[in-house]
Amino acid sequence: MAKTVRETIKDITHQHLKQGSRCYGQCLTAVGWVGGTLPKLYEKDGMIELSMADVAGGGIVVGAALAGKRPIYVVRYQGFQWYNSPIIANYAMKSKEIWQRPCPLLVRGIAMEGGIGPVAGSSHHSIYHRMPGVKIASPMTPREYEFAYKSFMNDDDVYYISEHRKSYDNSKELFNIIHPKADITLFPISITRFAAAEAQKELEKLGLKVNIIHQLWIKPFNFKEDWEIALANSKFGGVVLDDDYEEGAASSIAHTMMMKVNKRVRTLCLEPKSAGFYPDVDNLPPSAEKIIIKVAEYCGLRTIKKR
Amino acid sequence: MFKFPIYLSAGQEYISASIAEVMKELNVQPNIFIQHRGHSTYLAFDAPIERLIDELLGRKSGCANGMGGSASIQSKEKNIFGHDGLMGSQVPIAVGHCYQTQHPTIVYMGDASAEEDYVLGALGWASTKRLPILFVVEDNNLSILTEKKVRRNWNMHNVAEAFNMQGLDIEDDPAQIKQALVSVFEKPMLVNINTHRKFWHSGAGIDDENIFDRYQEQMDILGHEASQIHEQTKQMVEQIWQKQLEKQ
Repeated sequence: MAKTVRETIKDITHQHLKQGSRCYGQCLTAVGWVGGTLPKLYEKDGMIELSMADVAGGGIVVGAALAGKRPIYVVRYQGFQWYNSPIIANYAMKSKEIWQRPCPLLVRGIAMEGGIGPVAGSSHHSIYHRMPGVKIASPMTPREYEFAYKSFMNDDDVYYISEHRKSYDNSKELFNIIHPKADITLFPISITRFAAAEAQKELEKLGLKVNIIHQLWIKPFNFKEDWEIALANSKFGGVVLDDDYEEGAASSIAHTMMMKVNKRVRTLCLEPKSAGFYPDVDNLPPSAEKIIIKVAEYCGLRTIKKR
Repeated sequence: MFKFPIYLSAGQEYISASIAEVMKELNVQPNIFIQHRGHSTYLAFDAPIERLIDELLGRKSGCANGMGGSASIQSKEKNIFGHDGLMGSQVPIAVGHCYQTQHPTIVYMGDASAEEDYVLGALGWASTKRLPILFVVEDNNLSILTEKKVRRNWNMHNVAEAFNMQGLDIEDDPAQIKQALVSVFEKPMLVNINTHRKFWHSGAGIDDENIFDRYQEQMDILGHEASQIHEQTKQMVEQIWQKQLEKQ
């Protein structure tokens, strides 16, 4: 049976600790072991429990990274980055440039699919996106996670890995679909990739030719040549999908695309509102249903109704 | 010439000078996490003055590659790590570095940055892990010009004690500093050292003409020999400045 994302992260962490590196975070050894993504190891093995002082915790891990041990920092909810990120962003990401002291650190931020209220829920990779000195990936498959980790181990930058709990059971790889002449091209990020893949199939049934180009790397955004061609050949342009707010990575990527290709690139992201705890006030990433409705609308099919 | 903020240590030099002497006596080369007002620390631990001057001149050959200015100086040769301008961030960073290396570590902060919440969180964790770390609070009683009594009704040495570590409150008298460091690095320790900043928070102006100047006091006590050393040092520094200015 193929390995899931969960098992992949667990194995990578185990290997990382066996090499003498460390994993830091809060409540790592608590019930659940961070969604089952950590091996059942303790401080003597390199699994370091920090106190609940989040901002200080981020700084402590920066210090460990400065010592060259490539720590993994687990932040259990992406929304907690608001107070874990300051010293990571202002010190670790600048250290190589200002002092020529690299500070390689892998930050795991874990998103959830709603039901967790105003702060913690969806992806927050845009918090880091504005900073130089960071690389951001959002792996949703086992091979992607391995690739992102290997990239980190061969680099001396700060890495932010934007995870999503809903991907943890996934064991399948996700592949791009590119038509020679498409109606529209979807560029989904993070958990929206699964909904986009589902929507793509349904939209094709409606007679639309829909490309899907999966986005692993959020920063640096490398607009590959075949993607450029796919967008240029798409009659109604493209859509960047993200489960962070629109005003961040998604808009930035869309802007980069539009500067290179004379096509309109829209964004479909979280709604510009706070999330509440209950379903009717939650703020979820675009569902397959929403993507179908919106993409049909962008392509001039106005008859699609909400199912 | 160009303008940028400069954070002078004059008036506070005895703190780092005394600690550096104690380190020499102990034959310890600590990792040092400096604060924004760090010229005295940089020089006391024998980091190269030429590279500090170059840094103040914005040159690539500066100790922070001409990017750090006065506030973010470092010295790789002397294990001095630069400061990023987020007040107090050096404290959790130092704690994490010390935990990872288990090497004797000194971290400097001012009485204002000591109030940062993440400083307090880092103190607590350092105590929990019983790290070989010395926290030095250079307490000039001022955050820019706002006095400590306006900002808080507690003292840092009491906070350290509450975190189960040794906390001391002393003057920047070399003898007191040496005495305070008798058991340094055996376990975490915080020393709040009361001192006086001679110049403005940023820049070389003077807020108070009558401010106590320990350097001058010591000169007065020590007399002629100290004056001679002062003059020789002044000449030496001026010559180095001149040499660096002439360098292209």
